[in-house]
Amino acid sequence: MRPHQLVSNVSRRAVVLGLAAGSFALSVRAGGPAIAQAKSFGADAMPGGIKDDPRIFVSIAEDGTVTLLCNRAEMGQGVRTSWAMVVADELEADLARINVVQAPGDQARYGNQNTDGSRSMRHHFMPLRRIGAAARHMLEEEAAARWRVPISEVAAENHAVLHRASGRRLEFGALARGASARAVPARDALALKAPEQFRYIGRAGIALVDSRGITTGTATYGIDARLEGMAFAVIARPPVYGGKAKSVDTAAALRVPGVLKIVPIDGAALPSAFQPLGGIAVIAENTFAAIKGRENLKIEWDNGANGSYDSAQFRAAMEVAAEKPGKVVRDNGNVAAALAGAARRIEATYYIPHLAQAPMEPPTATARVTRDGCEMWCSVQNPEAIRTDLAKRFNLPAEKVNVNTLLLGGGFGRKSKPDFASEAAILSHAMDGRPVKLTFTREDDIHHSFFHTASVERLEAGLDQRGRPVAWLHRTVAPTIGSIFAPNARNEGAFELAMGAVDMPFAIPNVRVENPEAEAHTRIGWFRSVSNIPHAFAVQSFAAELAAAASRDPKDYLLELIGPDRLIDAAAMSDGWLYGEDPKLYPFDTGRLRQVIEKAAAEAGWGRRLPERHGLGIAAHRSFVSYTAVVVEAAVDADGSLRIPRVDIAFDCGAVVNPDRVRAQLEGAVVQGVSLATLGEISFKAGQVEQSNFHDYEVTRIDAAPAEIRTHLLNMGGFDKPLGGVGEPGLPPVAPALVNAIHAACGKRIRVLPIRQQLRG
Amino acid sequence: MSMFTINGKTHTFNGDAETPLLWYLRDIAGMTGTKFGCGLALCGACTVHVDGSATRACQTRMGGIEGRAITTIEGLSPDGMHPVQVAWRELNVAQCGYCQGGQIMQAASLLKEKPNPSDADINAAMSGNICRCGTYPRIRAAIRRAAGRA
Repeated sequence: MRPHQLVSNVSRRAVVLGLAAGSFALSVRAGGPAIAQAKSFGADAMPGGIKDDPRIFVSIAEDGTVTLLCNRAEMGQGVRTSWAMVVADELEADLARINVVQAPGDQARYGNQNTDGSRSMRHHFMPLRRIGAAARHMLEEEAAARWRVPISEVAAENHAVLHRASGRRLEFGALARGASARAVPARDALALKAPEQFRYIGRAGIALVDSRGITTGTATYGIDARLEGMAFAVIARPPVYGGKAKSVDTAAALRVPGVLKIVPIDGAALPSAFQPLGGIAVIAENTFAAIKGRENLKIEWDNGANGSYDSAQFRAAMEVAAEKPGKVVRDNGNVAAALAGAARRIEATYYIPHLAQAPMEPPTATARVTRDGCEMWCSVQNPEAIRTDLAKRFNLPAEKVNVNTLLLGGGFGRKSKPDFASEAAILSHAMDGRPVKLTFTREDDIHHSFFHTASVERLEAGLDQRGRPVAWLHRTVAPTIGSIFAPNARNEGAFELAMGAVDMPFAIPNVRVENPEAEAHTRIGWFRSVSNIPHAFAVQSFAAELAAAASRDPKDYLLELIGPDRLIDAAAMSDGWLYGEDPKLYPFDTGRLRQVIEKAAAEAGWGRRLPERHGLGIAAHRSFVSYTAVVVEAAVDADGSLRIPRVDIAFDCGAVVNPDRVRAQLEGAVVQGVSLATLGEISFKAGQVEQSNFHDYEVTRIDAAPAEIRTHLLNMGGFDKPLGGVGEPGLPPVAPALVNAIHAACGKRIRVLPIRQQLRG
Repeated sequence: MSMFTINGKTHTFNGDAETPLLWYLRDIAGMTGTKFGCGLALCGACTVHVDGSATRACQTRMGGIEGRAITTIEGLSPDGMHPVQVAWRELNVAQCGYCQGGQIMQAASLLKEKPNPSDADINAAMSGNICRCGTYPRIRAAIRRAAGRA
């Protein structure tokens, strides 16, 4: 049965042999009230803004099936389920009868689609509620008109509209066609539910909408796209960022059975933003033949200016830079004088190396580029970025570029950069329109990531006679993500500094944060939680070091550092970013930080008797406008082997829409935090990444994961308050809580990650 | 030419004997439930059953496939109701889900051999399967839940 759309002019084209993603060929102008208001913060400040017209997102078939277009990429955060919960709730639909379809890339039509920055629910909760409520209102209006009763006498309930007085009832499916012709109610005329009326929002145990597909192998990820007649490709990319092929001998590669064509790709000039690195592509009848063909290429590379990058030397250079003053990015009081007058001065320097996101699905895209247009099937976090790129690259109007976002097999920031999708399109174009699937092997992924920055963080504090800090000097040195966009970018951007360096809430009268320069020699990019990782590691490790210096309990000392409950304005901390949010709505609430610390400590049994060589460590951090505290129990055996019997993580993101997925994100953040703390390192020699696959870029496996992870959610019911992010804020306090626990267990202070064999020495 | 079965259906292959089963499944047979993660048997995303035993498809060459019975995640159960699949759904184990087909195939194999595995058994059997989202606590819980039902 063909669904009657609340949207007109919709055509759905099925992907050949693949996921039948909704592909909206014709644009529909939102005819209702002007919904987006000009504001300079939050969702409205995002490119494309927010759309909340139900006709764009919701359609209802005559059999009652509700189709919801999900406008954010699913990469494991559960957004497709959570969006369905919110809309179903306000719509009074039965969640089981909602079919979630992924919106194609079209920012002008759907609003911002960049799934990044822990924003999907934080920015869309209220718009989604309005979408559901507006559609419900249209259905109720239709029913009232049919029954010739006032709308106040009817109410939607569980997929039908009822007229209580007469007992009449009409299913949504029977009302859909008429309702779709009704005007969308104005935003201020919408009656949203009271939280006590919620049936799905805030409820535990909601099944994932993609669970069946995932558990039966039928869920379709970017790498699973299949087009009729497609070819398969891999690319030999320059091993050094900015390098190029000097000479290529393709003869042996072309003799490999199944190899169809060898295509050189020009790399973009540096800084190369999200553009392909260039190299030599091998296109074949299947991926294995392409890989084998690539092994038979003989390429001589010109490594270019980054051919001498050595990450060990770079670390030493950053440590030297951290010993000298740098650009002042926050300055309260007089740190120099306070340090000079302090009873004691404590300093420590911390290091975190480059990391690769290494999502289990490596970057992969399938493209068909013909004279008529470009079609793309891929797993990207921001479909608009690749759509814009392809329109420009092939000189096509945007409406001739169809980007279909399939499920992401993990993202963690890697897939916010669609270089791989550009490559697939270039290759399909080179094959005269034959579809091409471009796959990164794991080696390609490890070698050609957009790496998490490497950083040196130097902390210095002056303590008074009683061990209380009077001065705080933080020098943060790290190549910036800005370096992939601007030549000679050597200082951290405002957004990086405001991830835990300047927005440091401790009640210390003299605070100075400096940012000495660091030059990037590889592609730096977003990694889940971004600069919060090194900043929180340093600040929260140092807080525990100060507690030790003052002979105080680390939890009590941390609470004293934070000081009395208060709201700190971002500007008072020289935070000019605040995750893009309105400072009035999102002051730094030290009371909420205290509460998560107290919750984590209480749940973990802080102070309890522990077995020999066990220790508890605590760390807390605000990021993505949410508050997290972690208590790790670490056990360091006599031979230096590390076990993690238990982790308690307390979290306050404001109201919790989907508790099961929030807990899942926290569980995952703990594992990923343990992984990067214990094992994670990408190193460079002669400009090239030294690691290549999971044997030398190790990640935590089940046997080394914490034996028990307990998640504790605070303030779950505050639906009147602005929401915080969920996907990223769990991660930053994990590594410092772990090293603090190790210190408590065995007395060894880890300042350099990864921990790897350091406990065995 | 090799003859073998996948999920009970007969297949034939006469291409490059070095071709890994993984790429035969994905690119040639068009069965994409078996995932590529590393190509070196380091991550377990491509786990299938070969004659009933959990095996990495990326290291299984088509040259040795003659007469084998392959089961992929698509064929683990005719209706998706294998106790491991059910437990995975009941506990919402998946996050991105990409590795979970391999995890489920590995767990099903474990439970066939050890219907009531200890924590150490679970760690030993599952440590070859990486999950970058960090679903390990729920994987453990789901295996315990499925134990006895499998």
